[in-house]
Amino acid sequence: MSGALSLIQIKAPKILIRNDIVCKKELNGEMRDMNKESIIGSSRTKSTIETAAGFIFAVCGTIGIVAVVSITLYMILNGLPAIQEVGLTEILFSSVWTPTAADPHYGILYIIFTSIVGTFLAILIGVPIGVLSAVFLSEVAPKPLTKIVRPAVELLAGIPSVIYGLLGIMILNPLMYQIELKIFEGSTTHQFTGGSNLISAVLVLAIMILPTVINISESALRSVPNYLKEASLGLGASKIQTIFKVQIPAAKSGIVTAIVLGVGRAIGEAMAISLVAGSSVNFPLPFNSVRFLTTAIVSEMGYAVDTHRRVLFTIGLVLFVFIMIINLNLNKVLKKGEEE
Amino acid sequence: MKLKKILAAGVTAVLMLSFAACGDSNTPAGNQDDNASALSGTITMAGSTSMEKVANALAESFMEKNSGVTVSAEFVGSSAGIESLTGGSVQIGNASRALTESEKGKGAVENVIAIDGIAVITDKANTVEDLSKEQLTKIYTGEIKNWSEVGGSNAAIVVVGREAGSGTRGAFEEILEIEDACAYANELDSTGAVMAKVASTPGAIGYVSLDVLDDTVKAVKLGGVEATPEKIIAGEYFLSRPFVMATMGPIEEQSELVQAWFDYIKSDEGKQVIEQVGLILPQ
Repeated sequence: MSGALSLIQIKAPKILIRNDIVCKKELNGEMRDMNKESIIGSSRTKSTIETAAGFIFAVCGTIGIVAVVSITLYMILNGLPAIQEVGLTEILFSSVWTPTAADPHYGILYIIFTSIVGTFLAILIGVPIGVLSAVFLSEVAPKPLTKIVRPAVELLAGIPSVIYGLLGIMILNPLMYQIELKIFEGSTTHQFTGGSNLISAVLVLAIMILPTVINISESALRSVPNYLKEASLGLGASKIQTIFKVQIPAAKSGIVTAIVLGVGRAIGEAMAISLVAGSSVNFPLPFNSVRFLTTAIVSEMGYAVDTHRRVLFTIGLVLFVFIMIINLNLNKVLKKGEEE
Repeated sequence: MKLKKILAAGVTAVLMLSFAACGDSNTPAGNQDDNASALSGTITMAGSTSMEKVANALAESFMEKNSGVTVSAEFVGSSAGIESLTGGSVQIGNASRALTESEKGKGAVENVIAIDGIAVITDKANTVEDLSKEQLTKIYTGEIKNWSEVGGSNAAIVVVGREAGSGTRGAFEEILEIEDACAYANELDSTGAVMAKVASTPGAIGYVSLDVLDDTVKAVKLGGVEATPEKIIAGEYFLSRPFVMATMGPIEEQSELVQAWFDYIKSDEGKQVIEQVGLILPQ
């Protein structure tokens, strides 16, 4: 009933206007022109505009889909030949990477491990710092301080990754080398890397995911309804108890989203870590020089030919699958948040 | 009214664009080179992958000068290249090493067009002045891990190299015969990155093309010989190799086209191309 009523209500003015136009047509030419200048216009121009606008929106919407589908297709088409040539198990489960040897091996197991371990450690360091910064910004910090800290965090997000890499080379690597020399003093088995190791890469990644984690966690914390906080405080809980027992649990889904986006950023980063990680294929131990999935592609694309080049595309496909899995999980998490 | 104006503007823009497009297609296709010589035909060559850069650079500039000529180059490896030459399927065989006696016996003539030299570098503070071939090999395979083992101070060696596929790495490992046996602590993807890493890391060792050496790093003597173009041309410095474009019989017996190709390589223009890709000219 109510639907029908509203239909009538919408239609009614239209009819009135049409009558209006018809009347004015008969009356006066000038009046008719003035009427066309109005927002509503005649029914014909109006429907043309509606159709055109609808078409333009549809085209814009399709561009995104076309891009995703074509990139996916391209990655699969370029990643598959090497899998057929070398074999999926040889690529995924072998740890020997000697692409230019007379008897080449294309095992990326250590590279996959490095990406997983590196990303996990970066999250382990970056997320607590990020979430607690978000708590600080939304609950604890005095207003003047918030005005300094928040723009600083936003600026951090805008710094190009190569700058992080350069700072890593200039500050982190020499520092790590000093630590390495102390820890492995007199060691005959350790291969000294000059500070280009997993820890350097993890630290750079942890800093790089901070802005993502802070911004999203903070908006999640801010969107927690105030009555929850007031009720908690009213029951006699302290401010800190309220933050950890009420506000953070209430903002959980937002914080999880922040973490998943942080993982996406960390696993996809190439430039910064290619400068600080040393780029040798090794098992991801803290003081080993390591190569990530992204840096494996970047560092050898320049001169790679034939099978070697095709395997690099396969590494791209592996990375692509990794990121797809993370994104699908992100969607699940987001939907869960909406249901709650 | 407004709609009409917008429509009119749109139509005008489309018309202008289409006229502009017509104008483009009316211009004559390609500029005819007035200086084009009478040379025409195809030069075929096959051989060393390390020579890909220099061969392509020379081919491109040669074809630009002689528009009727096509230079087709395949990069299949030095030995396979010389085999194609002696088998008669190509006119020039590229080898990034001196020809063997058996290859010369089959009629291949060695024409050295350039020399590839690699310098071994350390940070400025390193006290080691000289390394033997054996010491260098052991450092890069990970047998020697401390500078004190080669007469330096008690400091760890940080082995820096290039990524797989790099020509410099290929040459370095080939000359020392340690192909894919190297234990790199850093595999960097450019010459500049190697220079920067070695310059800033105490105890680091690296290798770069001779032409990029500067005073941020120290070039080590190898077997008592300094890394200079003069020593390399004299054949005393072992970390170098000749780039050979071999022909069947001497150049004078080749076709006019192939002779023109070698004339071009020996001309100032050709020499410039060779130097641009970081190689040393033979005397």
